[in-house]
Amino acid sequence: MRLFLPLLVTFLCGILMILHFFVPHRPISTLGDGLTEWYMIVASAAIFLGSANLIQVHVHRISTKARNWQYSPVVLGGFAAMMVAGLVWGLEENRPFDYMFQNMVVPMGATMFSLLAFFVASAAFRAFRASNWRATLLLTSAFIVMLGRVPLGGLIWKRIPEISEWMMQVPNMAGQRAVMIGAALGVVSTSLRMIFGIERSYLGGTD
Amino acid sequence: MRKLLEKLDKVDRRIIYLLMALSVFLPLALRLNYPIPVGSGPSRDLFDTIDSLPAGSVVLMSYDYDPSTMPELQPMAVALTQHLFSRGHRILAMAFWPQGASLSQEALTAVGDSLGAVQYRDWVNLGYTVGAGVSIVRMGSSIRAVYPQDRDGTPCDSIPMLRHVQNLRDIDLVICLSAGDPGIHAWVMMAHDRFGVPVGGGCTAVSAPEFYTYLGTGQMVGLLGGLKGAADYETMVREGRENTPAGLATPGMAAQSIAHLVIMGFIVIGNITYLILHRRGRGEAR
Repeated sequence: MRLFLPLLVTFLCGILMILHFFVPHRPISTLGDGLTEWYMIVASAAIFLGSANLIQVHVHRISTKARNWQYSPVVLGGFAAMMVAGLVWGLEENRPFDYMFQNMVVPMGATMFSLLAFFVASAAFRAFRASNWRATLLLTSAFIVMLGRVPLGGLIWKRIPEISEWMMQVPNMAGQRAVMIGAALGVVSTSLRMIFGIERSYLGGTD
Repeated sequence: MRKLLEKLDKVDRRIIYLLMALSVFLPLALRLNYPIPVGSGPSRDLFDTIDSLPAGSVVLMSYDYDPSTMPELQPMAVALTQHLFSRGHRILAMAFWPQGASLSQEALTAVGDSLGAVQYRDWVNLGYTVGAGVSIVRMGSSIRAVYPQDRDGTPCDSIPMLRHVQNLRDIDLVICLSAGDPGIHAWVMMAHDRFGVPVGGGCTAVSAPEFYTYLGTGQMVGLLGGLKGAADYETMVREGRENTPAGLATPGMAAQSIAHLVIMGFIVIGNITYLILHRRGRGEAR
């Protein structure tokens, strides 16, 4: 029964959502709409689960004095401050939540992503080598696209942006399309395997 | 010569970081400005699509990003909002990323106040919701089922702008500003493919290549890729409207130009040292 029930729920929900896609009439549409609302409720509940997990992990790190545990109080303090500010004073502009978001979360988030530029420069210097003809082709394409994406490229030679756009619209698109079709076929086959109970790893077992 | 190459080969990464920082900082500090020619392409296509909509059209904007990608995507949001309001369109804002809801509010209030757009008449911010593709499917039959109220808690039924907006088919255009998943994929697959709503978008430069397939098939009406896309759009919005305030992306393009040149310079140096030192080394070993 422990195995049968989840498999039955998966089968019924899966079949219903497939029918919902093709049949926009009652009772399928009503049932499908109901399921989508259930999904949103379950996904919303996952936010609380994630919060509880965050607290549990960091409290454990502090209590066991795990490596770099000193960062955990900062995480918990930040989490508590944002939550209290949002719950007590609301999310509107010029309130504590908005102030902390604009003046702390936004600059810190942007800073983290900006660090990528430094790592990319360092990695490109050490690893981007024309070691064979394929790597040389990649290197040449990267140069053209990098120049084509900035105004300097057009100033160096006016055809560079055009060549860059052609590379994006023809060879890149062909490759991306192949990847996308392959991934889509994989999604379809995995979904069907799950709906028909062949793929059961999502239940937590190994078979 | 060989010693110099060996030194270059083992250059301290802190020197690379310093040069990289200077290549970004100096063009911004010196206010370097390069002309941004906008030819035909996905940026122009999105601009023309919005221009061709009749005044008063309802455009749904999904802010699916967070502060980490804000430097690339927020200038797009601001430029698009300027264009939409100046053409008399109305904006229905929402987000599948929690922090996108606050970022959208910032863009809407700043641009709305400067152009005289009024909340609930010209724009509504519905806020954040979970579910991505599933939520879009539900919005296909009822937007109120997903958003019974807006971000500020005002019931959607009492918002004048939403009186005639019941589901996705009442939306004239969807624009998704996406930093990853959930984002453009979900909107194209559900809003366009299932409900026939035109979809345009903006994304970070690194993810732009994957969306070109949708442009080729006509599943997207246009795309802004990275800071370049944002700068293109700012340039087009300002064409003939000199009163429009300068955007954030255009000055950034000078910094990006120099930064790209510095990275390319490093790659060239790295390859010269590789070819001379390592390949020759390998040849001598043989």
